[in-house]
Amino acid sequence: MSELLLPPEHRYAKIINEKRNDDGSEYSILNLGPTHPATHGIFQNILLMDGERIVEAEPTIGYIHRAFEKIAENRPFYQITPLTDRMNYCSSPINNMAWWMTVEKLLDIEVPKRAQYLRVIVMELARIADHIICNSILGVDTGAYTGFLYVFQFREKIYEIYEEICGARLTTNMGRIGGFEREWSDEAFRKLNVFLEEFPVAWKEFENLFERNRIFIDRTVNVGAITAESAMAYGFTGPNLRAAGVDYDVRVAQPYSSYEDFEFIVPVGKSGDTYDRFCVRNAEVWESLSIIRQALAKLPEGPYHADVPEYYLPPKEDVYTTMESLIYHFKIVMGEVPIPVAEIYHPVEGGNGELGFYLVTDGSRTPYRLHFRRPCFIYYQAYPEMIKGSLLSDAIVILSSLNVIAGELDA
Amino acid sequence: MAIETALIQEKLEQKFANKVTNFEMQKDIFSFEITSDTLREVILFLKDEEDTNFHFLTDLCGVHYPDNTVDQQFCVVYHLHNWVENTRIRIKTYLNGAQPEVASISDIFLSSNWMERETYDFYGITFTGHPQLKRILNMDEMVSFPMRKEFPMEDNGRTDKDDRFFGRTANC
Repeated sequence: MSELLLPPEHRYAKIINEKRNDDGSEYSILNLGPTHPATHGIFQNILLMDGERIVEAEPTIGYIHRAFEKIAENRPFYQITPLTDRMNYCSSPINNMAWWMTVEKLLDIEVPKRAQYLRVIVMELARIADHIICNSILGVDTGAYTGFLYVFQFREKIYEIYEEICGARLTTNMGRIGGFEREWSDEAFRKLNVFLEEFPVAWKEFENLFERNRIFIDRTVNVGAITAESAMAYGFTGPNLRAAGVDYDVRVAQPYSSYEDFEFIVPVGKSGDTYDRFCVRNAEVWESLSIIRQALAKLPEGPYHADVPEYYLPPKEDVYTTMESLIYHFKIVMGEVPIPVAEIYHPVEGGNGELGFYLVTDGSRTPYRLHFRRPCFIYYQAYPEMIKGSLLSDAIVILSSLNVIAGELDA
Repeated sequence: MAIETALIQEKLEQKFANKVTNFEMQKDIFSFEITSDTLREVILFLKDEEDTNFHFLTDLCGVHYPDNTVDQQFCVVYHLHNWVENTRIRIKTYLNGAQPEVASISDIFLSSNWMERETYDFYGITFTGHPQLKRILNMDEMVSFPMRKEFPMEDNGRTDKDDRFFGRTANC
């Protein structure tokens, strides 16, 4: 069977031919993916199986590679946000804001306090949406569909808040250089307050359903454990690293967008297994809710964007009636706004870890080089190591607990 | 907190003399250049030395400078991070344009394995000593290195996207 599927020079073919178990059985090959309903995205893993146990795994990635880095080299700065949306599409506002902050760091723009706080609110909402998906899908993969359906309506509520802010839901393309494109509507704040009232109740129930659940604990405790040392060696960041017991969080280590004004705990786990990853994400949702409440309570009055008209398109009616707007419109469209020559690295705490933008400019309107440090791409290489020796069904659970997002993996 | 940049510079200059150059503060990150033959020693030194202890590889990527002299047409950029002191540094090494080659650090930082493969995939930079240097995001059959500047973003043979229809005359 295996000879038919694999070229003879493949290393698996060699292992299968040489290795025989005592009872005469032999290793087999299982192709998990690329389009498998349980992997939630396009991941292919060629597994070498000893019965139900995984001996080795070989991941193939790149199925939805869209060459964003190349496209970004041909686009002005303000047209790059739609690309960042499509990386971690479960929490696209974080990617958008990270990109604007990178550009603002390049251009030395001071963003008003109000815009910074609003950014914090929307980034934490995105983090909640991200963790809702990860944890509830983990529930689905262990056989609990109810929890998923129950909390998923709140992702919908979060999307409605996005919709009030920027008009879009999934790929938000939110904000602009210096802040937001418009003031948040009263309806946005109303929806946000309703969400803050209703969601904690549901999330508490969700937690109760899982955290002491016998089946869930059996399926997750000691499954896919990784030590702090090897997690760091493999470049883990974010909740997956914190589950292993390392309290590295970019929001604390290198605060951006006024995160230093808020009080929150960085939850850490102990064993780095699937259960700990689940619990760390749960705890982070509570912290995010607390940050949003603090930001709303302290939300200062003032402008919602910095006064930098040379970097964003003016309203169309102004272009026809006022001189300055016409000039800025012309300069932006023709690419005549001066851009400093610099190299910038800006990290933020994304849904899955440290999301970084490395931007090299040469003075023209497009980046000379833009590299995305995508947390998924870096920690997914530990996956074959993590599933070695585990059951096939555990491999699925480990994959969803790592929250590997195909869009971010492949960029 | 944060390690004094002067200390890093002094230690490196003491140990590697003129192989490390161009120390400068680029915005918030201390950055310098090294010759490609000393890459492994410098990174190991920065990782193992007690005062610096840059134990985490944040990012690794390539940059193409086709307008430079042939010895400097490729650049590999390493971002290292010390979480305890919360200090980041950027290390750049320039490579030959005709035969870009640099030592792999995948045994020093496991995480660099795929990042080096990605850099190879997009720029054709060879990382000597890498355990499995093959393409990662693009298909194996591909022959060109798409992130090089001379690689066109779109297929020139396309007829459905004629620039003349949009008031531009780039193609004719």
